[in-house]
Amino acid sequence: MEQTLNPLTQSKHKQLDSLFSEAESMTEPSSRDEIVGQIFRASKSICDEVVHYQDRQKLHRSEKLDHILTSRTWGFPIMLAMLGVIIWLTIAGANVPSSMLAETFGWLEGYITLGFQAIHAPDWLHGLLVLGLYRGISWVVSVMLPPMAIFFPAFALLENFGYLPRVAFNMDRLFKRSGGHGKQSLTMAMGFGCNAAAIMSTRIIESPRERMLAILTNNFVPCNGRWPTLILLSSLFMAAGVASGLQTFATAAIVMGMVLFGVVITLLVSWILSKTALKGVPTHYTLELPPYRRPKFWNTVIRATLDKSLFTLKRAVIVAAPAGVITWILANIFIGELSILEHIVAFLDPFARALGLDGFILMAFILGMPANEIVLPILMMGYLSTGAMTEVEDMAALKQIFLDHGWTWLTALNMMLFSLLHYPCGTTLINIYKETKSPKWTFLSFAIPTAMAIGVTFTVAQVARGMGWV
Amino acid sequence: MNTEIPLSEAKPGQTLRINRLELDGTMRRRLLDLGFIPGADVHILRKSPLGDPVALRVSNTTIALRVEESSRIFGEVLGE
Amino acid sequence: MKYPSKEMPYRIALAGNPNTGKSTLFNTLTGLRQHTGNWPGKTVLCAEGEYRFQEKNYTVVDLPGTYSLYSNSADEEVARDYILFEQPDVTIVVLDATSLERNLNLALQVLEMSDRVVICLNMIDEAIRKGIRIHDQKLSSKLGVPVVKTSARDGKGINELKKIVTRVAEGRIQTRPYRIRYSEKIEEKIQSIQSQIENIFGDQLPSRWIALRLLDGERSMLNALKKRIPKEGAPDGANLKSPYPVEA
Repeated sequence: MEQTLNPLTQSKHKQLDSLFSEAESMTEPSSRDEIVGQIFRASKSICDEVVHYQDRQKLHRSEKLDHILTSRTWGFPIMLAMLGVIIWLTIAGANVPSSMLAETFGWLEGYITLGFQAIHAPDWLHGLLVLGLYRGISWVVSVMLPPMAIFFPAFALLENFGYLPRVAFNMDRLFKRSGGHGKQSLTMAMGFGCNAAAIMSTRIIESPRERMLAILTNNFVPCNGRWPTLILLSSLFMAAGVASGLQTFATAAIVMGMVLFGVVITLLVSWILSKTALKGVPTHYTLELPPYRRPKFWNTVIRATLDKSLFTLKRAVIVAAPAGVITWILANIFIGELSILEHIVAFLDPFARALGLDGFILMAFILGMPANEIVLPILMMGYLSTGAMTEVEDMAALKQIFLDHGWTWLTALNMMLFSLLHYPCGTTLINIYKETKSPKWTFLSFAIPTAMAIGVTFTVAQVARGMGWV
Repeated sequence: MNTEIPLSEAKPGQTLRINRLELDGTMRRRLLDLGFIPGADVHILRKSPLGDPVALRVSNTTIALRVEESSRIFGEVLGE
Repeated sequence: MKYPSKEMPYRIALAGNPNTGKSTLFNTLTGLRQHTGNWPGKTVLCAEGEYRFQEKNYTVVDLPGTYSLYSNSADEEVARDYILFEQPDVTIVVLDATSLERNLNLALQVLEMSDRVVICLNMIDEAIRKGIRIHDQKLSSKLGVPVVKTSARDGKGINELKKIVTRVAEGRIQTRPYRIRYSEKIEEKIQSIQSQIENIFGDQLPSRWIALRLLDGERSMLNALKKRIPKEGAPDGANLKSPYPVEA
């Protein structure tokens, strides 16, 4: 670099260098304190003149609220309760709009099909565009949109209220113990929305080591695309035995258990990494707890709903649509007796069985790599001999499809675990590469979760079978 | 009569007047920027549910510090 | 030669502590006309946006929220370098009216760096609710720059803010920024270094502020300065502008 500079520039650099060392020689350890101290004194004297407090007690309202929300006794119970309430609201509220959307799409499909018949379109075109593309989109929209439109506004309200820094405050010690950064809990909160966005948000962590920990473990927080899988499977299989009045609660409890398991895995993996590949001690940091603010309710709700709906719709069109088409093609091109899809499934089946899954499920996860949203739709499509994604208007019919393919509670549990723990989606991996510029760390961020997913589901399956529970 | 103690040993409810910071580099600068300057008063609000970090009121804002930092800030407890 | 079809827009920077509603203000000012400027070599994302007011165009950069403009972090360096080297037409310092004391530190630092500053007392509604009264006139005469009260999330005071920003950008409001006096000892040192900085950079940069930073032993300041030294032996300061690509 230096040799390309011309003499004038070089001499100016020299001037600056000597100026800097001159300044440095004048620097005393106390001068920094004095400079900052002087600024603070100036601020204070200005404030004393221009600010008047009518009631100093009002200033400390946030502190009183903190006294409860971050107290030794209530801090953690309240945190869990808030998470539980949000999940419960999401599950309880999403059912009706979901089936309404599905019905609307089904009703519309009838007319589209009529239209295709009217113009004498060939069967394969109808299959590709309607049974593949259209159903792919409508599945994602009707299953994803309602839960997201409830979860995210509720979450945004908590965020605008100022609760998230308190979560970081409460959880800090756990992250310190595991070698991570206290702000890792904030990046995890972002992960609930979208892991790919959360990878960008890890920029708030300055230490490269701790940032890498946050990146490598972010995937253990279920995102937008995985919530519905967790909710659907736990309501169909896990909560089925519970009295009907309590089913929503049971579903919420199981989904929450999954989230907490993800947190435990995050801490565990962070701890292992900070003892091995990412050795080091936690860096210094400070955390501000800003005053609580009453969120502008409708403003927040409408904005979060619109943002998330647009996001979901965009993903549906960009990712789910082509995936629907590809899956339809794979299921409808035959090599010998079996379709390509079935060949893949047969190949994966033995390994998948060892994990308590089956070949279809594993194939859905592999084909669903571009976006987690499409894993369930691909699975459904695989299960149906017609080779098209099914319309799901009735939950009992949906469950019957799973049962017909030999599902037990173990299959559902392990699919949930695999969904929670497995490799990040394609977008997230691309973002990880962009942020780290390292093929090695990008690969590890794929490999570590995958190893966890395989390890955990394998263990659960073997234990459950060994104990004769299934 | 007052004796100097580290901030980490002050109890919730107490107010400490800062004498000195035994920290260097970026962390010292950051703490100075947040108002942890010699002569400033720090009010100890409460400990996190797991015992650490500790929430402090300084310059009319709430800042949480871990024991690693607060043990290096020294000052005298003011009358309660 | 192409005729410029539009006038060059005024460049506005938003500076402020974290949690002051700075981003809300940014959204209120620019609406949907914004995009994320991801400057190369920086770990920090800055949103950029535009607005139009009284027949003039403005581009707004939302600098990272920081507690100070010393180089303690990448965020602080980005904010500092922008104000120092990009020299925006107006820097709006967004302050949380409910905790003015801590927030004012950043304002005082910006005033040491730039003349064209507008103070935005945001979340004024919240302050009133908490029984905090701020004499904005007095504050304005103390600081020597205009002070505008806003509540960005309700859109209150935004029009007034735009008016004042326009006047400062056009030079119709003359400011006399408050400059902190340090101890005799430090002031002497500032003097001796300040003149040498002026030798190298002319009057393109706030020499007093840079002298303070060098006295502070900020090596990153030295490196940032070296990057801005004219490469082709061009006249002083000719190469100062645009260390970052400006997106259209």
